[in-house]
Amino acid sequence: MIPAAFDYVLAESAENALALLAEHGDEAKLLAGGHSLLPLMKYRLAAPGVLIDIGRLDDLSYVRDEGDELAIGALTKHREVETNSLITSQIGLLAAATAQVGDPQVRHRGTLGGALAHGDPASDLPAALIALRGSVVIDGPSGRRQVAADDFFIGFLETALAEDEMLVEIRVPKMPDAQWSFQKFNRRAQDWAIVGAAVVVNNGQCGVGLVNMDARPIRASAVETAVNAGATATEAAEQAAEGCEPSADLNAGVEYRKHLARVLTRRGLEESGR
Amino acid sequence: MQVSITINGNLVSHDVEPRTLLVHFIREQAELTGTNVGCDSSSCGACTIHVNGEAVKSCTMLAVQADGQEVTTIEGLADGDTLHPMQQAFHECHALQCGYCTPGMVMAAVSLLDEKPDANEAEVREGLEGNLCRCTGYHNIVKAVLQAGGTQ
Repeated sequence: MIPAAFDYVLAESAENALALLAEHGDEAKLLAGGHSLLPLMKYRLAAPGVLIDIGRLDDLSYVRDEGDELAIGALTKHREVETNSLITSQIGLLAAATAQVGDPQVRHRGTLGGALAHGDPASDLPAALIALRGSVVIDGPSGRRQVAADDFFIGFLETALAEDEMLVEIRVPKMPDAQWSFQKFNRRAQDWAIVGAAVVVNNGQCGVGLVNMDARPIRASAVETAVNAGATATEAAEQAAEGCEPSADLNAGVEYRKHLARVLTRRGLEESGR
Repeated sequence: MQVSITINGNLVSHDVEPRTLLVHFIREQAELTGTNVGCDSSSCGACTIHVNGEAVKSCTMLAVQADGQEVTTIEGLADGDTLHPMQQAFHECHALQCGYCTPGMVMAAVSLLDEKPDANEAEVREGLEGNLCRCTGYHNIVKAVLQAGGTQ
């Protein structure tokens, strides 16, 4: 499988990438690690006229301690997120979810920003970012803006990113004492989650993000409210599928997905000390 | 466009379309056919090579993304007639049946031990999750990687 023909431009800087985006408009797509975009292009589900390669912008690959939050450059590779000591000690849930992405080869190339910008409801990382109440920093012609994870994922493969904008940073509150759990249910080692649940409990406050339970990565608000009001894991998890509209596919029907969401959320809450 | 990649220490430079996949550049431009195309969708790992020392799936990377980088393929592991310890271990443990997955399996295993030299059996099995053996010869493959880990 070979992608449809495209023009290739190597961005020299983030500013250059934004200028190229402005120049090429909706013809262009940004290429980071390529592990979401290239498979789509090989299947001819995407055929951008221009690829703007931002994969060599090393100054967008970093992990910084910024007081109450960690700031992670959008081009930080999964392997770095999985093993970085600041991330494993401060936001262990993100490292654990990242360790479940694809396989080692994929994690050597794929980037955190790329996976989030892809906006796939079956991806592990958006759910983790939602549970952790993180946000993304977006750069564009009118400057930088910060968008909470809840407002970033809009629909199926659709995010708040405009065509001339670029995701440059991910920000996550530090929570070294949090208890967390990442539950992923799949049939084979490297598969996408049929359903997944990212759970974190920090200072008595609970965060739950669900994988593959709606057209977009989604927060299990009813579970959070129940846990914060003192419900047990079993009681709270009963509400995991509330408001979710999962799709049916070869792996699972709608009712089975809802069942999995309840079971995985309960396990996640129990593993997080609830 | 002109793409120049150092493959197994040799600079290979060709004019290719931007959509050329790295695995095709390796097989067709560099004429190194040890790297196999399996599923062609980054699942099976048959096309695993090293880019700057890290295992990647060359079916899911454009040749132009490797421009100016260092690539190692299965042909680049042996030192003359002396097999790389991982190749030797695969040989001794009979860690291949049809052999199709073997180049990718060996490259993934070398990268795995680079990152985790003392990997135990569970870690080896998990570390090779991106490589499929359709003969299901995993038992001896894992044995070989453990043996190579002990001798490296």
